[in-house]
Amino acid sequence: MNTPLDSCVLNALRATFRSGVTFPEQFRMTQLQNLLYLVEENEQLIQDALHKDLHKPKFESVLSEIQITLNDLYFAMENLRTWMQPEYNIGKNLATRMDDCFIRREPLGVVLIIGAWNYPLHLILLPLVAAIAAGNCAILKPSEICQATEQLLAELIPKYLSQDCYAVLCGGAEDTKSLLKNKFDHIFYTGSQVVARSILLAAAPHLTPVTLELGGKSPCFIYGHIDIQKAAKRLCWSKFFNTGQSCVAPDYVLCTAQTRDALLPALRETLRTFYGPDPGASLDMGRIVTPHHWRRLMDMLEKSKGKVVIGGESREEDRYIAPTVLVDVQESDALMQEEIFGPILPILTIESLEEGIDYINRQEKPLALYVFSDETSVVTTVLNNTSSGGFCGNDGIVHMALPGLPFGGVGASGMGSYHGRWGFETFSHRRGCMNRSWLLERVNVLRYPPYSDYNLGWLRWATTFKKNSWGGCSVM
Amino acid sequence: MEKQAVQRAREAFLAGRSRPLEFRVQQLKSLQRMITDRQGEIATALKQDINRSQYDTPLFELIGLENEISLAVSKLAQWAAPRPVERNLLTISDQAYIQPEPLGVVLIIGAWNYPWALTLQPLVGAIAAGNAAVVKPSELSEYSASLLKALLPRYLDQELYPVVCGGVSETQELLRQRFDHVFYTGNSTVGKLVMEAAARHLTPVTLELGGKSPCYIDKDVDLRVACRRITWGKFVNCGQTCIAPDYILCEPSIQNRVVEGIRQTLLEFYGPDPKSSPDYGRIINQRHFNRLMTLLEGYTATVGGQSDSSQRYIAPTVVKDVPPQARLMQEEIFGPLLPIVTVSDIDDAIHFINEREKPLALYVFSSNKKVIKRMLAETTSGGVTVNDVIMHYTLNSLPFGGVGQSGTGRYHGKHTFDQFSHHRACLVKSLGMEDVNMVRYPPQNRQKVRRVRLAMRTPLVDFSKGTYIWAVTASIVALGLLVALTVILILAAGVSCTCL
Repeated sequence: MNTPLDSCVLNALRATFRSGVTFPEQFRMTQLQNLLYLVEENEQLIQDALHKDLHKPKFESVLSEIQITLNDLYFAMENLRTWMQPEYNIGKNLATRMDDCFIRREPLGVVLIIGAWNYPLHLILLPLVAAIAAGNCAILKPSEICQATEQLLAELIPKYLSQDCYAVLCGGAEDTKSLLKNKFDHIFYTGSQVVARSILLAAAPHLTPVTLELGGKSPCFIYGHIDIQKAAKRLCWSKFFNTGQSCVAPDYVLCTAQTRDALLPALRETLRTFYGPDPGASLDMGRIVTPHHWRRLMDMLEKSKGKVVIGGESREEDRYIAPTVLVDVQESDALMQEEIFGPILPILTIESLEEGIDYINRQEKPLALYVFSDETSVVTTVLNNTSSGGFCGNDGIVHMALPGLPFGGVGASGMGSYHGRWGFETFSHRRGCMNRSWLLERVNVLRYPPYSDYNLGWLRWATTFKKNSWGGCSVM
Repeated sequence: MEKQAVQRAREAFLAGRSRPLEFRVQQLKSLQRMITDRQGEIATALKQDINRSQYDTPLFELIGLENEISLAVSKLAQWAAPRPVERNLLTISDQAYIQPEPLGVVLIIGAWNYPWALTLQPLVGAIAAGNAAVVKPSELSEYSASLLKALLPRYLDQELYPVVCGGVSETQELLRQRFDHVFYTGNSTVGKLVMEAAARHLTPVTLELGGKSPCYIDKDVDLRVACRRITWGKFVNCGQTCIAPDYILCEPSIQNRVVEGIRQTLLEFYGPDPKSSPDYGRIINQRHFNRLMTLLEGYTATVGGQSDSSQRYIAPTVVKDVPPQARLMQEEIFGPLLPIVTVSDIDDAIHFINEREKPLALYVFSSNKKVIKRMLAETTSGGVTVNDVIMHYTLNSLPFGGVGQSGTGRYHGKHTFDQFSHHRACLVKSLGMEDVNMVRYPPQNRQKVRRVRLAMRTPLVDFSKGTYIWAVTASIVALGLLVALTVILILAAGVSCTCL
């Protein structure tokens, strides 16, 4: 991938966008339908590619890559017409009573979507669904780390979607850097904070708006009265899904010593039920994506001063790390300095909920925050005293599967959101429109010079917000 | 000094003071009192800054601000409440909602053309959303900046909402600090620098910038009214409004009538000598005055053209037949110069607009619905007013913001509250219904996959047309059958009925 080629592709897409072909509902619907066929007709190929890249078990591929994409497509197609309608139901005031006031959702132009490696299909296709639904053209830049998936996307997208409107550009870090020199109308990036900064810096000279889906250390409280068996099941599922390589995986646990002692046998039992006595031999256990990431995790584990109480085994040849749990982990531990993004679960012991909350608030705002507790007061206290991209009580990860909820971070975990309607809004411009009537020019006269106290008095009366009216008006 | 102000604001925010709704309402009401009590001083400061007439101040700055505060006070509880969302089978017994939360410490950088409205209106939303806010008024409107610095601490919490004054270096120092959101109103050159500075901390930004807002006048239109409305919007605040109609596009056949319409209106508004009218403003400073005079070089004004450097006065000026490559057409004018560019028809006009950067506002004057529809559908802009100018700014239920080079993000009314909030997705489940959950756990098989696919499906209820038709038809048929059954039973029972 070289610069002249990117610019060529970009210019072609821009010309297509200018022609207005992506605007009509029918076009968007057809493209979404085609994307649906792409996923449905190539399920096996997709599963194979994901297995090749990430050793992803079929179940995980279906649940977290294929089905989530299909769901978002069904949801978008079902609601597209509603989303595209101008919004008329907004408050008017005395001065604008005779006018037509509405909000139009308009496409932005040519957008850039940069995918990630941990869910290489849905992290690039869900933003694409939103971009298409909103009427844009798009350049996709899949993660080069997942080569099989990258190649599959490069092959299938042009086959199913309009080649004039959507392009896949493949390449590494250098290629992405040169791609970013071009101007886009929106950049959607999923990945790390380090790269996010350079993307924002590249976007600033073009004043390009950016959505960043980053990560962080997502804390998990287990506190108060709780059915420890059920909690352990849900915790294990969300932690070790995709071998811990989920941006919303519970990164670490905060609980009292007492809870920890009850939790450990429950975790052991659950892991045994899930993966059998040797998780390395289980078909349902994945692998770390690259030797480099495996090395990173092993380094963290080796440097950690915590005590390994479950797992700890690993194999370099196939990048395997067993589901591992550590206790007696301190704030300063190697495992607590960066997002783990692997099947390693540190448990930090706290004496009180407040101590845990204080700890969380000393760190960067995470992408997700979890609380397992039967006590509503515990859930409410944590919710009210912390912030995070999203929150889930008594489960992990699943809040991102509900398209009605916006999925995104805050602070260091990201900016902007998507999924369902939120994606559509992200890739649209909300244009405020007022269609003034020609009548009532006599009323308009109040605002013209030469000014007078008399006119001002009437204007004030006509435009001051009255408590029970809808909306207000600043200047008539 | 800047660093300390930010530090104190952050400590105050972390202490939780700005969060309770009662506190936010109390601060907003206090801000309201400040505006009401100090109107005279504010008007004086504006007169000194920009020769603002005593009527323009309430009209353009204060009424709007007061309305925003009243709206926020009245609706705050509603805005801050959890917003429920649609669920699926898997989450049917759970609570799923979006909770708006404060972001933290935000930075608001104001502008000089409407120094009170453009600095305080974002502040209203920031306070309403529960944040702390560092307010940096523009140094170009220095009297207003000093007055704000003196007044705000007397009415609002001094630590949560500090005012930091200063020029470029103070602003740069502020931008080196970490904020949770930066709200900037101004030009795109500085906008890029703000975005760059914010990028280092991964801070989201709202940029209210500008651009050349086109004004298309269709030939079959009541030119008298159109010209009056355009003249008002163009020359208010001496053209120094981000959404002033920057230039006019019209067919050559109506150009002269447009010029006449504007000339007549100017006479009505400001009299034969606008310089002596108390209602006509001045250019903010010498630098901008010189900039505007340079734009006019080489062109003869059809209306106006007079100037007085000592007063920074430029007469309301119209220039006919301006070529697209003229300097007047290369940058946002932001002054009382109104170029008219002729186009052959609506297609030409749309093409002209789309060749240029996306503007903050777009205006179209037409009685022809088709023309209006085409303009709206085939162009884009921050906002639109049809058959008038500026007015879309005044309705706070419409989002106000730019797109592309004219800005990112939006505000006014509830939109400001939303802009300064984090919309936290919350799903609170119970540990019950674990049997349903069992399908997702390993070890896995085909059956479990099928069940999970079904459970994840949204929407929950099928609202499609087909289902609707089926439901209505089925109801009618069922009702019909019920009636028929009743009739049969009645007949069979031999009961006489006068209606049969």
